[in-house]
Amino acid sequence: MNHRKLRHNSTTQNQNEQIPAASIPKTCGNQLYHFLWFSLIATCTKLLLIPAYHSTDFEVHRNWLALTHSLPLSQWYSDETSPWTLDYPPFFAYFEYFLSFFASMLDPTIVHLTDGLNSKSHLTILFQRLSVTLSDAVLFYGIYRITRKLDPKQKYLIWVLAVWAPGLIIVDHLHFQYNGFLLGMLLISLSALENGEDLLGGFAFAVLLCFKHLFAVAAPVYFVYLLRHYCRGGLVKGFGRLVVMGSVVVAVFAAAYGPFVYNGQIHQVLRRMFPFGRGLCHAYWAPNFWVFYIMFDKLLAFLLVKMGFHVKAPTASFTGGLVGDSSPFAVLPTITPLISLVLVLLSISPCLLKAWRDPKPSAVTRLVAYAYSCGFMFGWHVHEKASLHFVIPLAIIALKSVEDAKHYFFLSIVSCYSLFPLLYEAQEYPIKVLLLLLHAALMWFGLSSYFGAYVPKGDERSHSSAVVRNADFVIGWFGKSYLMGIVVVDICGQFLHPVVLGNKLPFLPLMMISIYSGFGMMYSWIWQLKWIIGSI
Amino acid sequence: MRPRGIGWRSPLIYPLKNGTEIAPLMISTTGALITRRSLLIKATSMALSYDVLILNLFHFTLLVAMSLTLVLYFINVYYSGKPIKEKTSVAWHIALILLNPCLILIDHGHFQYNCISLGLTVAAVAAILSDRDVVGSVLFSLALNHKQMSAYFAPAFFSYLLGKCLRQQNPVIEVAKLGLAVLGTFAVVWSPYLYSAEASLEVLSRLAPFERGIYEDYVANFWCTTSILVKWKRLLNMQPLKLLSLTATISACLPSMIQLIWKPKKSSFLYGLLNSALAFYLFSFQVHEKSILLPLLPASFLAMEKPFVLLWLTQNALVSMFPLLTRDKLIIPYIALHGLFILLYHSPGGRQHKKETQSSFGTLRLFLLSCFLVLHVVYLTIAPPRKYPFLFEAVIMLLCFSQFVVIFLYTNTKQWTPSKPSALSTEAKKHL
Repeated sequence: MNHRKLRHNSTTQNQNEQIPAASIPKTCGNQLYHFLWFSLIATCTKLLLIPAYHSTDFEVHRNWLALTHSLPLSQWYSDETSPWTLDYPPFFAYFEYFLSFFASMLDPTIVHLTDGLNSKSHLTILFQRLSVTLSDAVLFYGIYRITRKLDPKQKYLIWVLAVWAPGLIIVDHLHFQYNGFLLGMLLISLSALENGEDLLGGFAFAVLLCFKHLFAVAAPVYFVYLLRHYCRGGLVKGFGRLVVMGSVVVAVFAAAYGPFVYNGQIHQVLRRMFPFGRGLCHAYWAPNFWVFYIMFDKLLAFLLVKMGFHVKAPTASFTGGLVGDSSPFAVLPTITPLISLVLVLLSISPCLLKAWRDPKPSAVTRLVAYAYSCGFMFGWHVHEKASLHFVIPLAIIALKSVEDAKHYFFLSIVSCYSLFPLLYEAQEYPIKVLLLLLHAALMWFGLSSYFGAYVPKGDERSHSSAVVRNADFVIGWFGKSYLMGIVVVDICGQFLHPVVLGNKLPFLPLMMISIYSGFGMMYSWIWQLKWIIGSI
Repeated sequence: MRPRGIGWRSPLIYPLKNGTEIAPLMISTTGALITRRSLLIKATSMALSYDVLILNLFHFTLLVAMSLTLVLYFINVYYSGKPIKEKTSVAWHIALILLNPCLILIDHGHFQYNCISLGLTVAAVAAILSDRDVVGSVLFSLALNHKQMSAYFAPAFFSYLLGKCLRQQNPVIEVAKLGLAVLGTFAVVWSPYLYSAEASLEVLSRLAPFERGIYEDYVANFWCTTSILVKWKRLLNMQPLKLLSLTATISACLPSMIQLIWKPKKSSFLYGLLNSALAFYLFSFQVHEKSILLPLLPASFLAMEKPFVLLWLTQNALVSMFPLLTRDKLIIPYIALHGLFILLYHSPGGRQHKKETQSSFGTLRLFLLSCFLVLHVVYLTIAPPRKYPFLFEAVIMLLCFSQFVVIFLYTNTKQWTPSKPSALSTEAKKHL
């Protein structure tokens, strides 16, 4: 077994250098073997979660398997057999179509349109869960690709942060979604941009957009960056490159939407993809800016009523759609999708400015992650799951400085905690708590040892990832008390609330989690904004 | 060593020769920590409501509390005399002891409380390794009183302590001290039943249900495997069978016991534990598949010296338990935990020195592993022929038994040959 020989060689090397650390192999094959080790551990853990809770998203995807398998393309976006209609772009539909072949081989009932409705048979669960686990291979490839050029210690730590991300396990393998491979494609695109392969990066991003349109929040950043970085070198050459990039993107979109344009269904497709009937907030409020807006509105209404003013009680709810003139806000102005879009674009503008003035490949990941956090903070009908879109890319750049590491430590704990309400059954409580605690402990040990006492050897290569190792990884008292506060909030919500209040005010624990994580998310967004403005 | 962050001092900081301190990248630690997720997840997948959840949490907390503290005590004692370089593999060793997949599957899947008696045994071993014989005897008696299966280790404890006592100045007093400790513990634990001979006899008869027969199901021990050729149950009655199995067990233990009485060394004590547990597993009366947990415990103690023995024994143990786990519908956790164990064993940077003396058996091992794989697939997919409904169980049992016998002979020979000091410690001495 040659991998053993390689390890043995590196251990003898290390013994000579008197450092009883884990062997730091220099060969590529060895590193691939180590990466496989990380990914296989993650896979085995995901296998253990197969019988755990899954949400209605499970039935959504099963229905899409049945839809794409049983019906012709012209009926994919118009079928109404099940309430879980297809609302992702066409590439995702093709992906489900591809999966449905294997599903039908395993058990034809899974892909039957009517017989398979709400099927929770063992084979269905096994198939769906395994499909998510196997599609995570794209995520692993993306992580491997983007960390290829870093030095081994950084690599291992980033792999710990990204491959074993608890938020992704909670959303993908418990709640059930397919975010893993989508984030993998995003990382592939980002790694291509960081390497200077702009065409590949643009192509991968276009493909990603045709899988899930939610990723389009970063499209302005991509556009500006590619315009400035790729389309350079004079007017003619630049214009030529613009045409090339444009045609690649158009080709991708044509491959996706082409058949539907041909069938004359493009309006139906767009209507399904952008359902405007939904409200500002999801049933459970994502910890973004609107939570504070809503709370401020309620507070103002309360104060104004106390002071004697007459305040009309709002008739609409935040989760319902905008109906006529009714507004869910009592005092503050109503938020429409347009206002939300304007705010998102406004908040992304510093990042666009930076991309315009200084299109450096090494800064792309940070800019894209910032764009997604803006989309999360100010977007319309944002799910808390959308926080994964910027947490995972930020994991890749978490080791660039101590400040980045501290920020990431903080952010990943807060975002993982904000995902807790997704798993509301009692049996998943220890799982999610321990996933978070394990991840926090791993981050703590890893980051402390990386930024702490490690003495760099003489012949260390310092790559484009210039690492500042002077400062220690120490969290201040304010950060620590906030993190401890998470424990308090959770104990109150989980254990004290049923005892003290019983069945009254059932939304209160969720609101508390939402508001408390909202503070953390706001801090993260402001921190990223400051960083970008500071570097313009 | 300065405190860091929240004030927690990492134990794995080493001062180098030039005065600086380094903390190794916690890959082995991360391996250990991350795979403990699997412990939790299995424990809670059965709970459906809060009260059942709390029962499971109690069960789990008991396991964690006992295992962690007792195993850490053991590790502390085991490594107290070793040179500093070997300490980097401590985390790996802890992980292998705690994350024994068989233990997780049996305790949390099948649902038992083996962790308590095994934990007490670990503590007893640790006490004996640190020369606290009386404490060790008390702890082992407690383990015995929790689960009579711990008697598998009794010959090793008995012969080691006897051998040690005989070398003291006043052997009779030493033996008396230990005897008193053991009897005292038994008296305290059995006190509710000691009011009449009848009550105690009733308890005893429940402990040893001989009427179940010499073997049940398809366990990979001597009686069950040879019953393919020699139908023991038909040949002999209960009494002769009991006598036969007793003599067989004792004669299998005897070499190990004699060695321990003759030269009671700490290293051979661990081997002795493994040998007596294996001997009992192979030849005892009414052995259950789950009893393979007992030899696995001392094998995990010896993980640093003989890593391959642990790996091979665990894999064979898992395969031998596979039919039982399939009946319990634990196939996916079996695959996942088996995979995690192999990954943990091969964790990058987990062990400093890998004395793979079994490289010559590489092809044989590969062949056997592929046999196991085929057997797994066949067992799950193909229905056995009607004439032999338990054909596949029998094949699994045969293969595992053969491996157990090989391991048994190997570890017995190792106990008799004096152990050489490890190559790394001699290199460390050269550096100093």
